[in-house]
Amino acid sequence: MKGGLAPIELVYLASAALFIFALSWMNAPRTARRGVIAGVLAMTLAVLGTLLTPGIVHWGAIAGAIAVGFVVGVPLSRVALTAVPQRTALSHAFGGLAAGLVGAAEYYLGLSAGGADLTRFRMSAISAEIILGFLTFTGSLMAAGKLQEVRWIPQRPVTYRFQNASNLALLAVAVVCGVALIARPAQLAFLFPVMIALSLAFGVLLIIPIGGADMPTVISLLNSYAGLSAVAMGFVLDNKLLVVAGALDGSSGLILSIIMCRAMNRSFTNVLFGAFGQVQQKAAAGEQRAVKQETPEGAAQALEQAQLVVVVPGYGLAVARAQQRVRELYDQLSRRGVDVRFAIHPVAGRMPGHMNVLLAEADIPYDKLVEMDDINPDMPQCDVCLVVGANDVVNPAARHEKTSPIYGMPIIDADKARLTIAIKRSMNPGFAGIENELYYAEHTYMLFGDAKQVVGELVKQLSGGSGMH
Amino acid sequence: MKLELGLFVFMLATFVGLEIIRKVSPLLHTPLMSLTNAISAIAVVGSIVITGRDHPWYITALGAVALFASMTNIVSGFLITDRMLKMFKTEPRTEPRR
Repeated sequence: MKGGLAPIELVYLASAALFIFALSWMNAPRTARRGVIAGVLAMTLAVLGTLLTPGIVHWGAIAGAIAVGFVVGVPLSRVALTAVPQRTALSHAFGGLAAGLVGAAEYYLGLSAGGADLTRFRMSAISAEIILGFLTFTGSLMAAGKLQEVRWIPQRPVTYRFQNASNLALLAVAVVCGVALIARPAQLAFLFPVMIALSLAFGVLLIIPIGGADMPTVISLLNSYAGLSAVAMGFVLDNKLLVVAGALDGSSGLILSIIMCRAMNRSFTNVLFGAFGQVQQKAAAGEQRAVKQETPEGAAQALEQAQLVVVVPGYGLAVARAQQRVRELYDQLSRRGVDVRFAIHPVAGRMPGHMNVLLAEADIPYDKLVEMDDINPDMPQCDVCLVVGANDVVNPAARHEKTSPIYGMPIIDADKARLTIAIKRSMNPGFAGIENELYYAEHTYMLFGDAKQVVGELVKQLSGGSGMH
Repeated sequence: MKLELGLFVFMLATFVGLEIIRKVSPLLHTPLMSLTNAISAIAVVGSIVITGRDHPWYITALGAVALFASMTNIVSGFLITDRMLKMFKTEPRTEPRR
């Protein structure tokens, strides 16, 4: 113990460094798996180091909880990739719960010891941990429920009068409880459960007014909260490893939320308090405009003769489970020498990067998955733009229609392609409930039907008439 | 002194985090989030200490539930991240036959 440094502190130091390596290796697919190994190593070190701390007697309880964690964790890691957003939200909920429970345990331990340990500083950290932890817990559970489309959780945003004011008032009361507890931790002990209950309620009410299209932002934000609750736990326990790991998670969530907000041209406050995703009534009242339809034969021919085909996938593609068919289409076209690329909008799917994972699962090479900002300059050279299950992210109204809820949102320039083919089940508006003027544009043709079936027909057309090769 | 030190660590780690995460390819944002899920389950450290020490039973119970929740996040977070990362390839796995 040279220089007063305990061995456990050295273990935590190594663990913190490995966590930083783990995240920096995530910058490219080539090194990313190394990042997972570093992360596992860091976590193992931290757990083993902690088990060596003096005073541990309840080995059975520890082993039991760890075993149950494995039993639940392994199946959770095997979910279908379309369900990854729900799993992620659930995992934020678990993170928040763990922080909240440890905070509660620390408080009651301090209280039973007479309250002398509950200094103002520790009590502030405990209050932050409780509020962040429990609101993340219920908020993430609600988000997971919405994503999973659990029947008794409304999918559409639920709004009522004075919603924001009453929600904020609730949070304010929770914070006031926290402040009161900081001043008188032992005398005002009855306020502690009140603070917990208010935080739990606030989490639910925070998510109720949020619609499906905003889920990527909300998940990122909850990710950030889960990280911050771990930071608060680090302050309570005076553990720097917790502070570091929590801060890494918190900043990751923050950056992702900022990216998501920018991709929708909206602010945090607008996402959280704007109740986006309600069906726009006035827009639908206008005249019925005509769309042009294309046959699978015609579309296949156009695709075959193209040099550059850009596919714009949206969450509708995943809902129809059309990834495999899209990959077959990709194979057919690439074999004919057609350059096929996929244009990925940052908010496509239900969480950041969701579309990339879904397409990678279908074995589409990741160098063909191109970000919006990189593909847009090439769109005027694109012969055929195939829109599969995407809607709002290709709506040109975002550029000029000032009254549109999506005005200012960066979009993929599908309308600038020489020919646009949109596969759509029907003319129903998308999640944002907005009419898409792309469908009425001069160079746009519609292919109505289920994405999986329609793309399957295109593949059949192409594989049948392979005389070109 | 403890407080200042903690705040310093927090500030520096946040800046490091912001710089590193900014460089992560948007391609990998989903695995990134599941990896950070697993990393923030470092709350396991606090849960182990609460569960393991000789405390009244209800404290042990709170700790055990927290430990279970963190452990679930660790196991599922790392496993699913690796599972997703394995899928990112530059060339198709099998060249389909004609």
